[in-house]
Amino acid sequence: MKRRLNIQAAFIGLLMFFGIWQVLAWIIHRPIMPSPVQVLPIFAVSLFGNLGVHLLASTARVLVAIGVAVITAVPIGLGLGQIPKVNRIFAPLIAIVYPIPKIVFLPVIYVLMGITDISKIFLIALIIFFQILVVVRDEAANLHPELILSVRSLGAGRRALFRYVYFPASLPAVLTALRVSVGTAIAVLFIAEQSLTTYGLGYYIVVETYQVLLYPEMYAGILAMSLLGLVLYFVINSLELKVNRYKTGDEN
Amino acid sequence: MKINENMKASDSCKIQEKHGVMIAINDLTFAYSGHPPIFQGYSLHVDRGEALSIIGPSGCGKTTLLYLLAGLRRPQSGSIIIDHKPLSRPRPRSGLVLQDHGLLPWQTVRENARLGLTIWGFYGSDGRHTPADEHLGPNQADQRVDDWLKKLGIESLQNQYPLQLSRGQRQRTAIARTLAMKPDLLLMDEPFSALDAPAREDLQNFILTLHNESDLTYVIVTHDIEVAVAMGKKILVLQKGCNQEAQIMNNTGAGFTDCRMQDEFQRTCEDLRKLLGSMT
Repeated sequence: MKRRLNIQAAFIGLLMFFGIWQVLAWIIHRPIMPSPVQVLPIFAVSLFGNLGVHLLASTARVLVAIGVAVITAVPIGLGLGQIPKVNRIFAPLIAIVYPIPKIVFLPVIYVLMGITDISKIFLIALIIFFQILVVVRDEAANLHPELILSVRSLGAGRRALFRYVYFPASLPAVLTALRVSVGTAIAVLFIAEQSLTTYGLGYYIVVETYQVLLYPEMYAGILAMSLLGLVLYFVINSLELKVNRYKTGDEN
Repeated sequence: MKINENMKASDSCKIQEKHGVMIAINDLTFAYSGHPPIFQGYSLHVDRGEALSIIGPSGCGKTTLLYLLAGLRRPQSGSIIIDHKPLSRPRPRSGLVLQDHGLLPWQTVRENARLGLTIWGFYGSDGRHTPADEHLGPNQADQRVDDWLKKLGIESLQNQYPLQLSRGQRQRTAIARTLAMKPDLLLMDEPFSALDAPAREDLQNFILTLHNESDLTYVIVTHDIEVAVAMGKKILVLQKGCNQEAQIMNNTGAGFTDCRMQDEFQRTCEDLRKLLGSMT
């Protein structure tokens, strides 16, 4: 898949998206499938009002969770990757815990951490944490020993190695892990926000609009959540292309 | 008269220092854990300004010895003294060039060539990671990198990444990076073995010229008899198994860029081939 999207392609994609939506609205012709012509004005207006607040709440949760996951998973992954003895001890545990869908821990996390934002952020961070941990560990383990030795011979100690070798070497892997896990993270956020909060797109879509049959407003919420996923995806993707440009030799 | 005598004494002292011992390995023992020792009670002295080749069959400990000299491995017993100081970690004034994989793939040629000086800037002149006797500003560092890129003929490639380069160009970048640190000891592990013949001879001649113009001491590890003879005024021969005594072959014909043309070169190659053959 070509991951560089130009403006023309984005425009065509959007046009097709709204076109198919409009056709479906005509075919289904029920309140649950309002036309984009009806939804878009509501979206545009409420984005600067009520909906905007919910979008901000969700965005803040995702960003904090990404930050927490990166700050914890990168050093641990680097450590495991560089110290095979420790990795051998923890590898079986990680292999077992990694594929568990973390959302099943939602009730446990609520009971243990309370109904504050912290529990929701923790859950999303947990999902991203394992994704990053595994790729960073593998990336660090695959660094050529000769590369480390030759940089050490230039005088680099632990701090300089981290700054000039380990961190930049694992950065592309961190971004790839984020790109693939951020979709799951937002899906989990949607579920986590349906209860025990009054802010967030999950709450807006399910409690404030769906349950009171405000379908066009509900679609505005769905659009906002899609936008959140889309923007995060493309921001990560463009960072990824930037840090990977040495592989393609693109000097720009 | 007395003053004159004093001057003479200090002059001869300087000369002695200039031609003193650069590397002193005393009673070295080294083994990888769970394996028999590769070196036991091994001693070796290399003078300042010397050009030493190390040759031997694979697994004889050539690279290990080089890593020991670079301070990247620690001996179990015995001592390694470089420039009159015991070695306990990589020494700022020793440069190391490996066969491959030494460049950071995500940095350009220029950034790679500057890496040693960037790390120098990161720590400052602390004497532990970097030389303490010299302070280096960012502009001076840039200037030095420019000079070496030019001397090695890779200035036009400075914005390219290692993956876009030929092996020879990559090795030139690695050499520029090392020489930008102004080493007095250059340690090379099979630096030319991945290169085609013209690139190899170009770089060999570059190192030889550098050696002849300065008092740079170098140690080159190779499995190639011709490289060993062309580059080493002394050739250290290692054997498979445990090395206890240094076997050194003198090779006065080495060190000139056109030495390959001489009959003596072929004779020395033949002698070395016989010596290596008799050891296996």
